[in-house]
Amino acid sequence: MTPSINENARITLTVNGESKDVLFAPNKTLLEVLREDLCLTGTKHGCELGECGACAVLMNGRPVLSCLVLGLECDGATVETIEGLADDARLHPLQEAFADCGAAQCGYCTPGFLVTAKALLDERPSATRGEITEALSGNLCRCTGYIQIFEAVEEAAAKMDAKENE
Amino acid sequence: MSGHRVVGKPRRRVDGRAKVTGQTRFADDLQFPRTLHCKLLRSPHPHARIVSIDTSHANLAPGVHLILTGRDFPVTFGILPVSMDEEPLCRDKVRMVGDAVAAVIAATEEEAAAACELIDVAYEPLKTIADPLEALANEEPRIHDHGDHGNVHKKVALEFGDVDASLAAADHVFDDTFFYEGNTHLALEQHAAVALLDPDGRLTLHSSTQVPHYVHRQVARALEIPAHKLRVVAAPNGGGFGGKTDVFNHEIIVAKAALITGRPVRICLTREEVFLCHRGRHPVLMRLRTGVKSDGSIVAMDLETLLDGGAYGSYGVASTFYTGQLQTVTYHVPRYRFRGCRTFTNKPPCGPKRGHGTPQPRFGQEVQLDKIAIALGRDPADLRLQQLEQPGALTANYMRLGTIALKQCIEKVVEGSGWRDKWQRLPDGRGIGIACSAYLCGAGLPIYWNDLPHSGVQLKLDRSGLVTLFCGATEVGQGSDDVLAGIVAEVLGVAPHEIKLLTGDTDLTPVDLGSYSSRVTLMAGNAAIQAAERARAIIAAGVSAKLGIPEDRLVFADGRVFDAEDPAQGLSFQDAVIVAEGKHGIIGTTGSYRPAVSAAKYKGGGVGPSPSYSYSASVVEVEVDRTSGWVEVKKVWIAHDIGIALNPVLARGQVEGSVYMALGEALMEESAMRRLPARLSNALVHKFPSMLEYKSPTTMEMPEIETYLIEEPEPDGPFGAKEVGQGPLLPIMPAIANAIFDAVGVRIDEIPITPDKIFKALREQAQGRSPRVGPDSFPAIEWGEVSIVPPPSEGGDGRAINEKPRKSKVVDSGVRLAPDSPGANVGDGVKR
Repeated sequence: MTPSINENARITLTVNGESKDVLFAPNKTLLEVLREDLCLTGTKHGCELGECGACAVLMNGRPVLSCLVLGLECDGATVETIEGLADDARLHPLQEAFADCGAAQCGYCTPGFLVTAKALLDERPSATRGEITEALSGNLCRCTGYIQIFEAVEEAAAKMDAKENE
Repeated sequence: MSGHRVVGKPRRRVDGRAKVTGQTRFADDLQFPRTLHCKLLRSPHPHARIVSIDTSHANLAPGVHLILTGRDFPVTFGILPVSMDEEPLCRDKVRMVGDAVAAVIAATEEEAAAACELIDVAYEPLKTIADPLEALANEEPRIHDHGDHGNVHKKVALEFGDVDASLAAADHVFDDTFFYEGNTHLALEQHAAVALLDPDGRLTLHSSTQVPHYVHRQVARALEIPAHKLRVVAAPNGGGFGGKTDVFNHEIIVAKAALITGRPVRICLTREEVFLCHRGRHPVLMRLRTGVKSDGSIVAMDLETLLDGGAYGSYGVASTFYTGQLQTVTYHVPRYRFRGCRTFTNKPPCGPKRGHGTPQPRFGQEVQLDKIAIALGRDPADLRLQQLEQPGALTANYMRLGTIALKQCIEKVVEGSGWRDKWQRLPDGRGIGIACSAYLCGAGLPIYWNDLPHSGVQLKLDRSGLVTLFCGATEVGQGSDDVLAGIVAEVLGVAPHEIKLLTGDTDLTPVDLGSYSSRVTLMAGNAAIQAAERARAIIAAGVSAKLGIPEDRLVFADGRVFDAEDPAQGLSFQDAVIVAEGKHGIIGTTGSYRPAVSAAKYKGGGVGPSPSYSYSASVVEVEVDRTSGWVEVKKVWIAHDIGIALNPVLARGQVEGSVYMALGEALMEESAMRRLPARLSNALVHKFPSMLEYKSPTTMEMPEIETYLIEEPEPDGPFGAKEVGQGPLLPIMPAIANAIFDAVGVRIDEIPITPDKIFKALREQAQGRSPRVGPDSFPAIEWGEVSIVPPPSEGGDGRAINEKPRKSKVVDSGVRLAPDSPGANVGDGVKR
């Protein structure tokens, strides 16, 4: 049942663990639904053409570019954004490492990098430098030169691994 | 550093948590109820007269609240007082594809965009000026009616000593032409702004800007409202790199629209519009003639530059001077002539990008030094080491230098890279190159001349123990908030994260000129030290009276104020503030910074002086595939003379980020334009107005980087610190070019160095012709009278001997300026 262009769409999705009913113009992208209708402005936009990676979120556990996903495609989906990364007030190890290692300068690309890195470490907890480099190759950062980002992902992976083995 | 508890220690930046949780509020993240949305209608023509604009259909479109055109904006604007040539919306003509002619303010962005389509604009196309050569050849039609003449915006000509005589007497003269293509900042955040009336009816503008103070002045001026009725708040920038240091038309437009509608009005540029805003690297054609002795020591340099300025003035006059003014601060250049020319063209305007005007001539200078070394059979590292400028020197063009740790930088990268074993010794296809550079630690003059502080910091301390810092400095990702917090924390002995920062807000914070010219660390940093030391003195007086400990024995550290001789005797920082507040009254202090008077008194001498200069040296190793011309950068070694690193984590990030951006410039990034065919208006348009097509390095292209921070404290820097945000970009492009020569013996004398150029040069080489790709000639430019300034070593006093005295200038704020020289109206630097 696709609504007409003049009619608002209504979907139910799980965002950061909470079920949300959202009413929105049916031409909106997931990026716009998140930022404008759910006020989750932590997810950024750099091009709205799928070129920069700033709008990456996790959809059903996998990184997607939210500017290329229609809100309508997300009915019943599970979406995770930067706002859901911390465990209540406790930062995710990736967040701690990004803050400590200088992996966030202006911070604009950071949410996209963080969720993409989380998807990688969820799947490959001891990812190599090569795997990290490849997994993050769709995210542009103009500030850091990427190296401190690589180091932050490695530090987070090491800390998560150490915790696992406690 | 000895004794410091915060300064020099690696630590999390104070805004780190906000950034990794997505809570940093960038301009487009600000959401206000009842917000209207603005879209701009832009010109499809590169140069055309506006015959008529019909908004009658658009006015009736759904959701439309307001349509503005050029008629609504009678006042022009521009970042430099000498070239206020921009209109918020074009009135009579457009000068580039993308010039805005109308603004629609509507209930939604879609409705605003749809209504834009309904506006009828009749244009009468004019002849287009595509590049500087066309600009020089065509006096008419003029793109602007200001500027030197025709389509020449600005010509500058300065001579320090008899360069022709020195060149004639030199053992060798090297004469090279280079070209550096334009490129853009490509900050991840698109420019955004939102304006609204506060409950009292005053106008507030939130914007992604690096220069809230300049935006404040210009928006108030353009809207003809008193500056005190406007508040400009710089949102943290999602990357700047110089791309947000101009005042932009969209900022003025949403401010006007908010005044009229009484509702918040927002705009966010599309990525394509960001490409049109531009203000990025100027394309520069250069001719550099250098005379040397038989051992390669420079006796004189003669530099000519030709800049493609694009459609507007922007920072162009300063950019033009910057293509010449810093050639003397690295190696000793006894005599120097610099002539620069900026032309208008019908393309997006160029302005400041990281390194502002200096990477282009630096590329030429450092590649030419490599050629000199090869020709004279010298090691390029030794050739540089033998003629470094001296610390504290006054250069031929009157730049007063501070500390120089370039020798240590060169030695570090030479040793780290194994240069001595690799240069000219690597197998064919593999090569290594070296280059050096220097950069400002803040421009010596503000963009509008005045004798006020360049930077101010206020501190408020209250009985909660909280220290609140107010400063106009703007966080663009470089860590300006962290610099300020770290410095105050060090002086007051508290933790940086416990300091509350309020920055970049013209209502609440004292003026800081902005985040440009690498000025924040040194200038705002010194102001922060002064404010913090004044606060410490007040607290020390209170604690001393209370505990009977002499003030000079009190130590501020670890959240306490205590007796150096008996650390158990003391108070917590909070109790110390309470005691001091009781004795002194409410505690608030200020600090100011203004650079010292410049020695350069000649016209144009206002560009280039700085309280100090940073230095960098880099070695780059590359592999070149002879079959395709493909270059792979294997490793970069870079040493940066930083004075001291206030926070080494951030300092390293600035160095590596500079190297990254430089790799993009060197190998792939270019603001390439193309002409549409005649049937499609013959317009000049961007080849690549998207992030996909404008190639920039991804994670996959990043080589290993070995970063060395060389610490030799600069007495004029806060705790000895110098800049680090721009300088380390500069040596990379020439080091790569030199490494490519070492690898395969071809010279690519232009940037970017793309595989097709290398391939072409390799083919020339195979056929026994000159293995070089680059410009063949520099046009003959009528330079006019050159300002003759005898260098200090020849009895000069910093003035041109053939320059007419200038009249007194009054800037539009009413601040009266002293006559005569740019330096004469700047007071002594405030020292700590």
